[in-house]
Amino acid sequence: MSESSTASPPPTADTTSPTILALRDVRAAYGSIEVLHGITIEVPTGSVVALLGPNGAGKTTTISVASGLMPVTGGALEIAGQDVTGVGATELARAGVCTVPEGRGVFPNLTITENLLMASYTGVERNEIRDLAFARFPRLAERRDQLAGTLSGGEQQMLAMARALSTDPVILMLDELSMGLAPKIVGQLYEQVAAIAADGVSVLVVEQFARSVLGVADHAVVMAHGTVQWSGAANDLDEDLLTSTYLGGP
Amino acid sequence: MQQLIAYTIIGLTTGAIYAVAASGLVVTYTTSGIFNFAHGATGMLAAFTYWQFRYAWGWPAPLALLLVLGVIAPLFGALVERVVLRNLRDTAEVVKVTVTVGLTVAMIGLATWLWPPANRERFKGFFDGNSVEIFGVNVSWHKLIAFGCAIAVAVGLRLVLYKTRLGIAMRAAVDDRNLAELNGARPGFASMVAWAGSASLAGLAGILLAAEVGLNIVPLTLLVVSAYSAAIVGRLRSLPWTFVGALILGLLEAYTLWANGSSWFPREIGGFSTSGLRGALPTIFLFVVLIALPQARLRAGAVRIRERAVVPSWSMSLLGTGLLIAFVASLVGLLTRANTLQLSNGLVLAIAALSLVPLTGYAGQLSLAPLTFAGLGAVIMAKLPWNGSVLALLVTVAIVAAIGALVALPALRLQGIYLALATGAFAIMVTVLIFNQSNVFTNGAVDVPPLQIPGLDLADPAQKAIFLSVAFSALALVVVTVRRSRLGRRMVAMKDSPLAGATVGMNLTGTKLAAFALSAGIAAFAGALNTGKVTADLYSFDQSLPLVLLVVVGGVSAISGALFGGVLLGANALLATIVPTLSNVTKVLPGLAGISLGRNPDGAVPQIEENFAPVGRHLPSIVIAIAGAVVLRLLTGLGVIGNWSFAVGLAVWVLAVVPNLPALLAGSAELGRRFAVGMGLLGVMGVAAGLDWATLLNASGWRLLMIVVIVAVAGPAARSALDTTVRTPAVSPDLIGIDRPFTPAEILEAERAVGAVR
Amino acid sequence: MSATLEVTGVSVHFGGVTAVDDAHISADAGSVTGLIGPNGAGKTTLFNVITGVQPATTGTVTLEGTDISRLPTFRRARLGMARTFQRLELFWTLSVLDNVLVAAEQAGDPTPAETAQRLLERVGVGQLAGEQAGSLPTGSARLVEVARALACEPKVLLLDEPASGLDETETRQLGVLLRSLAGEGLAVLLVEHDMSLVMEICDTVSVLDLGRVIASGTPAEVRAHPMVIEAYLGAA
Ligand SMILES: Nc1ncnc2c1ncn2[C@@H]1O[C@H](COP(=O)(O)OP(=O)(O)OP(=O)(O)O)[C@@H](O)[C@H]1O
Ligand SMILES: Nc1ncnc2c1ncn2[C@@H]1O[C@H](COP(=O)(O)OP(=O)(O)O)[C@@H](O)[C@H]1O
Ligand SMILES: [Mg+2]
Ligand SMILES: [Mg+2]
Repeated sequence: MSESSTASPPPTADTTSPTILALRDVRAAYGSIEVLHGITIEVPTGSVVALLGPNGAGKTTTISVASGLMPVTGGALEIAGQDVTGVGATELARAGVCTVPEGRGVFPNLTITENLLMASYTGVERNEIRDLAFARFPRLAERRDQLAGTLSGGEQQMLAMARALSTDPVILMLDELSMGLAPKIVGQLYEQVAAIAADGVSVLVVEQFARSVLGVADHAVVMAHGTVQWSGAANDLDEDLLTSTYLGGP
Repeated sequence: MQQLIAYTIIGLTTGAIYAVAASGLVVTYTTSGIFNFAHGATGMLAAFTYWQFRYAWGWPAPLALLLVLGVIAPLFGALVERVVLRNLRDTAEVVKVTVTVGLTVAMIGLATWLWPPANRERFKGFFDGNSVEIFGVNVSWHKLIAFGCAIAVAVGLRLVLYKTRLGIAMRAAVDDRNLAELNGARPGFASMVAWAGSASLAGLAGILLAAEVGLNIVPLTLLVVSAYSAAIVGRLRSLPWTFVGALILGLLEAYTLWANGSSWFPREIGGFSTSGLRGALPTIFLFVVLIALPQARLRAGAVRIRERAVVPSWSMSLLGTGLLIAFVASLVGLLTRANTLQLSNGLVLAIAALSLVPLTGYAGQLSLAPLTFAGLGAVIMAKLPWNGSVLALLVTVAIVAAIGALVALPALRLQGIYLALATGAFAIMVTVLIFNQSNVFTNGAVDVPPLQIPGLDLADPAQKAIFLSVAFSALALVVVTVRRSRLGRRMVAMKDSPLAGATVGMNLTGTKLAAFALSAGIAAFAGALNTGKVTADLYSFDQSLPLVLLVVVGGVSAISGALFGGVLLGANALLATIVPTLSNVTKVLPGLAGISLGRNPDGAVPQIEENFAPVGRHLPSIVIAIAGAVVLRLLTGLGVIGNWSFAVGLAVWVLAVVPNLPALLAGSAELGRRFAVGMGLLGVMGVAAGLDWATLLNASGWRLLMIVVIVAVAGPAARSALDTTVRTPAVSPDLIGIDRPFTPAEILEAERAVGAVR
Repeated sequence: MSATLEVTGVSVHFGGVTAVDDAHISADAGSVTGLIGPNGAGKTTLFNVITGVQPATTGTVTLEGTDISRLPTFRRARLGMARTFQRLELFWTLSVLDNVLVAAEQAGDPTPAETAQRLLERVGVGQLAGEQAGSLPTGSARLVEVARALACEPKVLLLDEPASGLDETETRQLGVLLRSLAGEGLAVLLVEHDMSLVMEICDTVSVLDLGRVIASGTPAEVRAHPMVIEAYLGAA
């Protein structure tokens, strides 16, 4: 995907635009099966948006599209007001779109230090990334030469987050951050998310369990069956709507 | 003392060259997860290209070197990555290895085509004639250069792969390409650079080695075996250990050479000559190193590969084997004696290919030695005192099955590519140390007596061909039985996740042993039933490679894939004899077929079977299909149409008409259209069977080509004319939402349908 | 009466890393035992030791009083030990039914096919029997793993984060299933980070931190334990 699009110039991230990331009427499909049926999501600059919904709702697919890994079959993707539909993941990443994918977000056969070095494509100095990451997660510093694949499930998730938090992204997208993590760590990570959001980084967080994110989110989007069911201010999201979405009914 | 130093220096030089070659292997393995079988062949082609520039055209050495190592080899490597290997992501290891085996076969073919054996100007070392004296021994500059190259390569690679960001990105791309992109790396570019660099290293090793051992295709290609041995010492990852392994191997070889030339060294051990020892040394070393590797740990993280596992049904298997026997039986009467023998040969290969189905297709253990076991079968069948009897056949099979299990025993601890290499090493060892012994294959051949079955004369080519088709069918049904049994499920489970298998109580050792023994036993049938005077080279390692290749191309988890592979290899040989102009193409063909795997990792046959599947479910179609074939045969028998018309007619009938029968008879297209298509196909049949091809076209090759053209045009044309379906993807609750978002009512309905709400 | 599964003094070292440090835990027939702890505490490693996938540096594992520490994985399975995996390990190219069938056959079930279908229905994925395992979404795949483990006719069932990837409804159903299994006399050992599930269904909970058991007791006791709050639950 990325090779075909190297010709287009990497978008310059203009953080003065009111909307940092926008998906407009986006459709996407795996083979012939469409799983996103025209969704519209906007992430206002400097805010935290929670993307919620049950298993199979299309949240991961939405993140894949927004990060440039998956092509859209309809609609448009905008970053900082600029149309980036069809631009590859590599270019978007270099322009400051930072994604922590669902499940493993690490390279198992690289050491922790090497994993962090991979983050330097974003333009941040490699030493700086390493120092920041080790300061945030002392556990990683102790294990710096251990292969990431031999870390426990949760330690791998920490490493993935460390990379994301240390590269000074324009927008950060986190898919199921809390999966497999101890409650304490989840709490700490969300504090960090809130902290970098306070520094002006925009964040899109995907979760299945609403409660953990709603504390830090400004806005919420609820998806089911590849469509957006509800969106609005996080405070306005009422429990009934969530429960009914999860149970599948209207 | 002087001699010791001299041989040590020879050993270190060879070791250095091995180190360069092995480093290239390590590069591609760590950066793409693909074990590049074609590495040696790349070096071989580079050496020939260099020779062409330097000696045939007389260009200066630096220019030739720069062109070969700096331009052609890297471009070639990058091209191979881009065109072939990039498609291999998420495919089974078997497929990956096989594709590079395909490359090897194609490259050997290409080299024999471009540079047929001839007396060539000597391939000289760099600065030929210059030498320095070290400890009283003359050492050529070439040797010193080789050694310098090895050190430079080792240090350079270590720095690039572990210290530069590009190098780390190369290694990262193997783990997870998408994640590498999300980090902002360009994994595609990184792996192209890796393959380009690796091809250059292969080229350098090839050129250095050619000056030492001469410019010959096979030895240079087998350089890769030595390189494997060294790289395995480093577990395919560690460069320093690879270097150590290479030097040890080089030294061992040199000292063996020395010992072989010394008076105290026995010429023979137990009747077996020791002269082959040095040739077999890299293989023995490989085998020993592999066996010494620590037991592979059960590891979590079985990958979901792009592959489908279809359980063969009894009805399809019986139908298929029945058709095969009927086809062979009706065909033999029409063939010349020579062609009948060729057909038998193809069937023998098909049986050998069948031996891979349980082992590789089901149990996931890649073996590169199917024909080695067949060869053992042939030898034992020929040497048994009551040879030729059914009892001898059974004893032969039992012995070879036991050998198979015995070989598997040390190899049991190995997995994936390590196991494949161990079987390859076994194949080479048996070839060099047993088959090439003059008292085994006397003057290169043994006489395998025909099986004595009352009422049959299997010395008769026609009867033998029919008998072989029956044997294939019987063995195929055995394999089907296994797949449908507990053992078969266990084999597939072991392939998918050994860890999960062990935790549900499976004894992996037992399962692997059973798979190996079964496979060796089937292969033994191939050897024992291939009667007559057979030569040793039929069963050598380099014959096994294209066979494995074509079976995987056909689809190694299907019986029909084995038949396809075996018969195709036989047909390829046939093509070379009947159309001499194509003989060069046939050298490259199996390789090209292997390369095509990347596009279709399931194999070709499952694809073809999909076309025939509707026929199997529609009785009238089956009846008509068989009736049509019988009519053709009768017409031929009565002399109404000629043999070639029969061949063309039958091929068109089976391949172009039969798959369309269900749609024609009971399809959803309107009646008028179905009638028109039916008439059209009948017309094509008329042309195919009615014309007198034997007089119309004077070469068999052209006739064969006509078959291909008619089938390729008529079949798909009829299919698309009859196809009325609007493509609907597999049923899923998501479907209703394809064109527009769900309405809440539809969501509720869907949820009810799947039982999520009441 | 001794517990069905007893882990005594197990330690595991990886080079310089101590993953499990003199751990003692046990699981009783008829109850659900929770095993919780921070990431990297050694829970999965301990499961690997119990099932024989990872040799322990020291310590013993006994099943119904017999020492099984030296047995290979498949023998332990045959004695009644079954597990699921944190990262899914299905037989991806087999059908869902065959996944469970293989296990039932190994267990010597006289009617393996019926048993397999019944177990799939029990965990709630009976309608998926004919699908290929590789095509399942995460949630269903987890449930198939549970069914496959049950087909081993286990005495001890080890579950490594079975609820991760399940949504709230599915998680609740899993909880009900685990309780009913315990009711039938199974010893269930559950690793899970979803605290509401653990608190709801476990009879006892052990807490592992840095490879050591730092607390064990009823869910309520453990939840109030200061070391557990400090190491695992956090102030919230
Ligand atoms: N092969 C190995 N080499 C080195 N260290 C290892 C290896 N395997 C595990 N470890 C370390 O052992 C510790 C325990 O790992 P384990 O997977 O058991 O944790 P866990 O309790 O299951 O955590 P989680 O809840 O995150 O899955 C971790 O610190 C991990 O880094
Ligand atoms: N690789 C894939 N191939 C085919 N279908 C997929 C694939 N990944 C996801 N899907 C389907 O797409 C839909 C949305 O999935 P996903 O985006 O992963 O949802 P979520 O992240 O909300 O759980 C589901 O119906 C799922 O089955
Ligand atoms: Mg998801
Ligand atoms: Mg774990």
